[in-house]
Amino acid sequence: MSLIIETKDVNLYYGDFHALKGISMEMQPNTVTAFIGPSGCGKSTYLRLFNRMNDLIDAVKITGTINIDGKNVYEKGVDIVELRRKVGMVFQKPNPFPKTIFENIAYGLRVNGVGDKHFIEDRVERSLKQAALWEEVKDKLKKSAFELSGGQQQRLCIARALAIEPTILLMDEPASALDPISTSKIEELIHELKKNYTILIVTHNMQQAARVSDATAFFYLGNLVEFGTTKDIFTHPNDIKTQNYITGRFG
Amino acid sequence: MRNSIKRFVEKISESILFLSSTVTTLSVLLIVIFLFKEGLGIFNKDPIEEGQMVVINKNNPIRKVVSADIKNIFDQNITNWKQVGGKDDSIILFRMDDIGNYFTEEQLGDTFQFVPQCLAKLVDSIPGIIAYIPSKYFNKDFPARELPMEKITVGSFIKGKEWFPTAQPAAQLGVYPLLIGTLIVSLGAILIALPLGLATAIFMAEIASERLRKILKPLVELLAGIPSVVYGFFGLVVIVPFIQQVFHLPVGETAFAGSVVLGIMALPTIITISEDALRTTPRAMKEASLALGANKWQTIHRVIVPYASSGITAAAILGIGRAIGETMAVLMVTGNAAVIPHTWLEPVRTIPATIAAELGEAPHGGLHFKALFALACILFIITMAINLFVAYISSKNKMSKR
Ligand SMILES: Nc1ncnc2c1ncn2[C@@H]1O[C@H](COP(=O)(O)OP(=O)(O)O)[C@@H](O)[C@H]1O
Ligand SMILES: [Mg+2]
Repeated sequence: MSLIIETKDVNLYYGDFHALKGISMEMQPNTVTAFIGPSGCGKSTYLRLFNRMNDLIDAVKITGTINIDGKNVYEKGVDIVELRRKVGMVFQKPNPFPKTIFENIAYGLRVNGVGDKHFIEDRVERSLKQAALWEEVKDKLKKSAFELSGGQQQRLCIARALAIEPTILLMDEPASALDPISTSKIEELIHELKKNYTILIVTHNMQQAARVSDATAFFYLGNLVEFGTTKDIFTHPNDIKTQNYITGRFG
Repeated sequence: MRNSIKRFVEKISESILFLSSTVTTLSVLLIVIFLFKEGLGIFNKDPIEEGQMVVINKNNPIRKVVSADIKNIFDQNITNWKQVGGKDDSIILFRMDDIGNYFTEEQLGDTFQFVPQCLAKLVDSIPGIIAYIPSKYFNKDFPARELPMEKITVGSFIKGKEWFPTAQPAAQLGVYPLLIGTLIVSLGAILIALPLGLATAIFMAEIASERLRKILKPLVELLAGIPSVVYGFFGLVVIVPFIQQVFHLPVGETAFAGSVVLGIMALPTIITISEDALRTTPRAMKEASLALGANKWQTIHRVIVPYASSGITAAAILGIGRAIGETMAVLMVTGNAAVIPHTWLEPVRTIPATIAAELGEAPHGGLHFKALFALACILFIITMAINLFVAYISSKNKMSKR
C-alpha cells in the first residue's frame, strides 16, 4: 500500500540562495532510496520537502511539483497534518521529548486525537517491537526517555514515527550520531521496515548507502548529478563527480 | 628588567582582585551577622521597654501572664485577676500619670523626692493593683512583686496575632498578621503575573516575528527599570480608586491593589526568564512534534512548555521573591493595617512595608528597633529559601537534560 513519490523540476530558494536546482526523480514503493553528497549540497533540504518541514523557515520559496501518489503536496488546501501523518520523519540526532518512553511513542497518537487507552498501549508495544526496542524497554516504559542510550533513543524516535502508521519514512542521517553497534541495528531495522514502508534516507556514509539502499541519488551543489540503482551508482557511475565522491576523492 | 615589571604588575592586579572579592564577601557576612545580632536581641526578653517595669502587690498570687494579657489589662478589656488565672479581685491600673490622683504635690515633695515612698505605699496598700513604673524605683526594699510574664520567644513572635510594638506597657510583637499580609499580597501578585507573563513569553518566543520581538523585548526590560515609587504612585492614582469603585469598598487600599502593582512589577522577571527558558527548546524537538502531525499550539503546550518548565518555575519563584521583598510600592497601596486579612479586599501590611514605615520612629537600640530587625531576619530567611529552591531546581534540571 505504499505510494509512488516523484518530484518534477523542483527549485528551492532560501531567500536569494538557490539551494535546489531543478530536481526531478521518482522513487518506487517499498524501496530504500539513499541521498548522498558532500555536506551542504541540499540533501536535507530535499528530504524535508516531502513532509513540508521547510515551511517552518521564513523566506523559503519553492517551485515545481512534488507528488505523492499523484497528488501535489504543495497544492493549496492540502492538509499538512494529514500529510505528516502519512510521511514520518527521523532526525539526525535523537530528539526524544522530555517525557516518559511510553508518552514519547503515544505523542503522535494523542495529538491526532486518539484517546483510547488500550489502543494506545497496543500501538506503543507494536511500534517498539517494530523498532526492535521492546525487549530493552518493556520494564521501564514509565521512565524518562532521556535515560536511554543514544542508540536506544534513536530507535525510540523511529518507533515514535512508526506509531502513527505512516507509509513513507524520511530519515536524515539517522545513524550519524551513533556508535557502530547501534548503527548496524538501525541498518537491520531499515531492511526490516522496507517491507512495509517507502524509505528515503540521507547519509554521508558510502558503505551505509551501499548496504541499505536500492536506489541512490548523488547531489552536488544543489544539483541532482546522478540517480540510479545503488548497484549501478557504486559499480559504474556515469558522472566523473559521482565517481570521485564515492571513491572518496572529495567530500 | 621588562619581565620583572610585568610580573610585578601581574602580582599587583592579582592582589587587587583578591582584595576586592574578600571585601565583598566580608561585607555580605557582616551585614548578615549584624542583622541577626540585632534581630535575635529581642528573644528571651520581657516585652517591656528597657528601664520600665510592671509591678503588682506582693500578696498577689498571680502566675505567669502573656504580653497580650498585659495589653488587655491596660486596655481594660480584662478587669479582674480571675480572668488571667489569679484570685477574684478587680484590677486597679496605675500609670505614672495617675500619681496625682493619689497624692498631693506636698506629699510628693517639691522636687518629687518622695515619689519612691509614695509609690511603695500605694502598691503595698492596694491588693489588686498593677503598676507600670520606671524600674529605677524598684529596689530590694520596694514592697512589691514584679509581674511574672512570658518572655518573647521565636514561637510567640511568629505565632503572635497582633503587631503593636509601641503598645504601653507591653509591646505586642506578633508577626503573624504581617506574614499573612506579605504572603497574600505576593501570592496574589504571582497569580496575576504568571499567566500574563507566561503568555507574553510564549508569544515572544514562539509566535511574534523577529521584528516584533525586537520591539517587545526592550519594552519589557524598560518595565524592569522603572523605580518602584513610580509603580506605587501609579497604583495609588489609578489602581486603588479603580478597585474601590469596582468592588464598592470604603477604601481602595487593599491586598488586591498590592497584588496588582506587584504583579506588574514581577512581569519583567517572569517574562524574561521564561522566554529564555522557552527559547532553549531545541529546534529538533519542535520539528519532531510538528513532524508527528502536531499543530503549533499542541507543540507549544505539550513539548515546549514542558521542556521549559523548570525555567518557568524558576521565573515564577524569582517573581515571588521580588514581590516578597518589595517595599515602597506596597507601602503606598496596601493601606498598612496590621491586621489579619480575611479577604483580598482588605487593607494589609507586609513585612518590608512595616520595616520601612516604622524604622524612623523606633528609638535606636530599643525593643521596637530590634523587633524590626527580627522582621528583616524573617524576610532574609524567606528570600534565601527562595533562592536556594531556584538553585535546586535549575541544578536538577541540568542533570535531567544530561
Ligand atoms: N534555514 C536555512 N536558511 C538559509 N540557508 C539554509 C538553510 N538551511 C540550509 N541552508 C543552506 O542550504 C544548503 C543545503 O543545506 P542542507 O540541505 O542542509 O545540506 P545537506 O543536508 O546536504 O548537508 C546549504 O548551503 C545550507 O547552508
Ligand atoms: Mg543535512
